[in-house]
Amino acid sequence: MIETQEVYKTFGDNQVLKGITTEFKPGKKNLIIGGSGSGKTTLLKCIVGLHEPTSGEVIFDSENFTAMHFKERVKIRKHIGMLFQNSALFDSMSVEANVMFPLNLFTDMSKSEKLDRANFCLERVDLKGKGKLHPSELSGGMKKRVGIARAISMQPKYLFVDEPNSGLDPLTSILIDELIAELTEEYNTTTVVVTHDMNSVMGIGDHIIFLHNGQKWWEGTNKDIAHSDNKELNNFVFASPFMKAAREKL
Amino acid sequence: MFHSLGRYILLLRLSFRKPEKFSVYWAEVMREMVSEGIGSLGIIAIISVFIGAVATIQTAFQLVSDLIPKTVVGGITRDSTILEFSPTICALVLAGRIGSSIASQIGTMRVTEQIDALEIMGVNAPGYLISPKIISGVTMIPVLVVISVVLGLSGGYLACAASRDVSTSDYLAGLTDGFNPLIVTVCGVKAIVFGFIINSICAYQGYYTSGGALEVGQAATRGVVFSCIMILFADLVISRSLL
Repeated sequence: MIETQEVYKTFGDNQVLKGITTEFKPGKKNLIIGGSGSGKTTLLKCIVGLHEPTSGEVIFDSENFTAMHFKERVKIRKHIGMLFQNSALFDSMSVEANVMFPLNLFTDMSKSEKLDRANFCLERVDLKGKGKLHPSELSGGMKKRVGIARAISMQPKYLFVDEPNSGLDPLTSILIDELIAELTEEYNTTTVVVTHDMNSVMGIGDHIIFLHNGQKWWEGTNKDIAHSDNKELNNFVFASPFMKAAREKL
Repeated sequence: MFHSLGRYILLLRLSFRKPEKFSVYWAEVMREMVSEGIGSLGIIAIISVFIGAVATIQTAFQLVSDLIPKTVVGGITRDSTILEFSPTICALVLAGRIGSSIASQIGTMRVTEQIDALEIMGVNAPGYLISPKIISGVTMIPVLVVISVVLGLSGGYLACAASRDVSTSDYLAGLTDGFNPLIVTVCGVKAIVFGFIINSICAYQGYYTSGGALEVGQAATRGVVFSCIMILFADLVISRSLL
């Protein structure tokens, strides 16, 4: 389980996060949603340690991550898998080498074991036989799947996903969402997804927190959203005429 | 300026932390050595031959006198090539070739979140990205400078053979007359220091890039400009203190 306690983050005079307290449970697809500039990605980066919170704490399974030094954090980070918005694959390496990269650094597996594991992960994301390609030869959706394969190569306890559907067509977006949901169940990971995509919200949102102006404005499940009377949440989720019409039918 | 200097020193300290796995870092060092060493051989060979030839022709032109033995041309060409032309001009050229590549490579990794991905995995990103480049720089740039010296002096020989202002035998005699081994030491020290400057400054500029493609280009430009200035400054300090 991951907990954030009163997390504040300030850049210069701009206070981006204003006391976020929440918890993300294992085996659940936890979604962070909100408008542009609401602080979603900043919160995610504070949780994984790419940004240091100005104040507040991030706790991974009762261990205070915020108070840890670099070396102590490495122990937790070995259990973290993350898919970045632009996939962040290493351009100079093949797909297979990208997936094997954490295994090379942090395991004592033999080369054949590492290859087997990489191929298993690639097969798991439906990219069997694509290991020798380079990231520049892949489509956006394939890059995301390689990013997921790399994130799960070390069998993570915590899976973080930043905007998994940005730049993807609706069908590929659904496939990525389904993959995230399957992996969460399969590995019982604590999965945290930052997204704008309403299909994801309604499809896989076991636990959703809505950020507005850097504050936690609403918290619930995808089933709760349809019946919420929170004005800002409704303005965000049901912004389009189509979604408004869909809500009326619920 | 002090803020940047402090960040630069801290980054260097982080770069030389104990590696997570030595074999992975060693592979990176080898890859960088090939990229920096073999990849720069062509340009270094071309400029060295021309610099040696031009140095010989110009020295011969300035020393046209019956009072000065022709062998002096070889001696002056040797000293200026070993002390200044090979290490400094090679370093300035390599700052453009290697330095811009390092700054833009690391800068692109920064803006495309590849460095964030390394950090999330628990990898010491400065160590993985920067230390192999610095190690490669301080080993391969001296090797390139040695090759440059040999080719520069060969260029001088070819110029003598082609122009007949100085005979090749006089030139060869001049190369060995009054040789002081200290100049080789100075040349080696310069090459190592310049290798460190190019790799560390350009890596620093790339590592702290933020923004997008425009900023990556600006980081590469800054890396090359600061490296060139620091190379010339270090050249002065080393020459003053060792000669």
